[in-house]
Amino acid sequence: MGTPHAYGFWAYLLRDLSLANHRRGEVASPLVFLLMATTFIPLGIGPQSELLSSIAPGIIWVLALLTTLLSVEGLFSRDYHDGSLEQMLISPQILVMPVLGKVTAHWVVTGLPLTLFSPFLGLLLSLPSDGYLPLAVGLALGTGCLSLLASVGAALTVTLQQSALLLTLIVMPLYMPVIIFGSSVAQYGVDGLNWMEPLAALGAMLALMLALCPLAVAGILRLTTIN
Amino acid sequence: MRLNKPLLSVRDIVFVRDHETVLDKINFELQSGDVLQVQGANGSGKTTLLRILTTALRPTSGDILYSGQLVSQCRFNYLSRILFLGHQTGVKLSLSVAQNLAWMSGQNSAADRFAEALKVAALTDYARVACQKLSAGQQRRVALAQLLLSEADIWYLDEPYTALDKEGVEMVNKCMDLHRKRGGAVVLSTHQKVTMDSLRTFSLMSPVLGANG
Repeated sequence: MGTPHAYGFWAYLLRDLSLANHRRGEVASPLVFLLMATTFIPLGIGPQSELLSSIAPGIIWVLALLTTLLSVEGLFSRDYHDGSLEQMLISPQILVMPVLGKVTAHWVVTGLPLTLFSPFLGLLLSLPSDGYLPLAVGLALGTGCLSLLASVGAALTVTLQQSALLLTLIVMPLYMPVIIFGSSVAQYGVDGLNWMEPLAALGAMLALMLALCPLAVAGILRLTTIN
Repeated sequence: MRLNKPLLSVRDIVFVRDHETVLDKINFELQSGDVLQVQGANGSGKTTLLRILTTALRPTSGDILYSGQLVSQCRFNYLSRILFLGHQTGVKLSLSVAQNLAWMSGQNSAADRFAEALKVAALTDYARVACQKLSAGQQRRVALAQLLLSEADIWYLDEPYTALDKEGVEMVNKCMDLHRKRGGAVVLSTHQKVTMDSLRTFSLMSPVLGANG
């Protein structure tokens, strides 16, 4: 009866990755924004490495947040406008699985490259080398949280034409704990403290959101598409 | 006494949107082998009815039974036995014709049936072409080609003839006829005259008439 539920996850993950592959330019532009912003910050505030290195973790995290927001707008609305969202809603499977597949695909094309780039970004902002590993590990978990939270906002605004502002307003307050703990992971690393502690808090947040956000998105999508 | 339960029975479906009754006490039955054309003016609720039947919308009151069982109780089973084709077909413009068709037909069709479907839809030459380079009618054919691969019992087709040429319309009719003969059923909404024997029609009252009457 029906298809195995894991199939929905993998099918939508691979489909969204192949769709992302077909619009590489659009996918890359938030990352290019991130790179440009990181390049300009040392020019703007001067190259004194003490000042830069003390604000680097915070800056990289704020930019990661903005990059996620920039890229998430079309997560469900593209599918809504071409009719594939409706097909997803009436597919014979638990809706959470395709949703999780789509969010994972979003993370793979934004959060993952951001994580892999992060030591390079740290280098541009003269982050002390002790901070590289905690920054990357923290971003790997944190960008997962950001993608999951952003998907809730994207689901709420799926039927709107100009959704970017509303999406930002909805998601920003939810991002606060993530950015506080996320940037302190890197900061603890720089200061030589035990960065496992904020990382554990970040991991707990990711686990919670992994369980709750897809459920919320599934419910919201059913409600918002009733019109 | 009839042994065969109807494939689908719709009982007293009422749908109210923003205090306005869109559908009022819809009743019909669908036997296997039926092709049912839903008629009605623009805004009379054809699409709404089809979306209720696919469970995308929940009716305000009333029941839908699939083989005598409430759809809400056998939802996954029901959903795996239906096919819905809406105004927006779900064709991804950046993917090729073959990729779209593979996705829509569930990727489980044999290669020869797949090739046959492309051929019947006159899309063989375009199999590797991205759908954004095709015309509106050709894009529609891509979505309709999944009818040739479908193993669903009930097809819900919302305006299937939109943007199609004469050959396209014939292709859709042929698909529906084949489907009917192997025991499936079709519910379609269209304004065009459907040339098909033993076609049943079902009329939705226009909202104005409904309010007066």
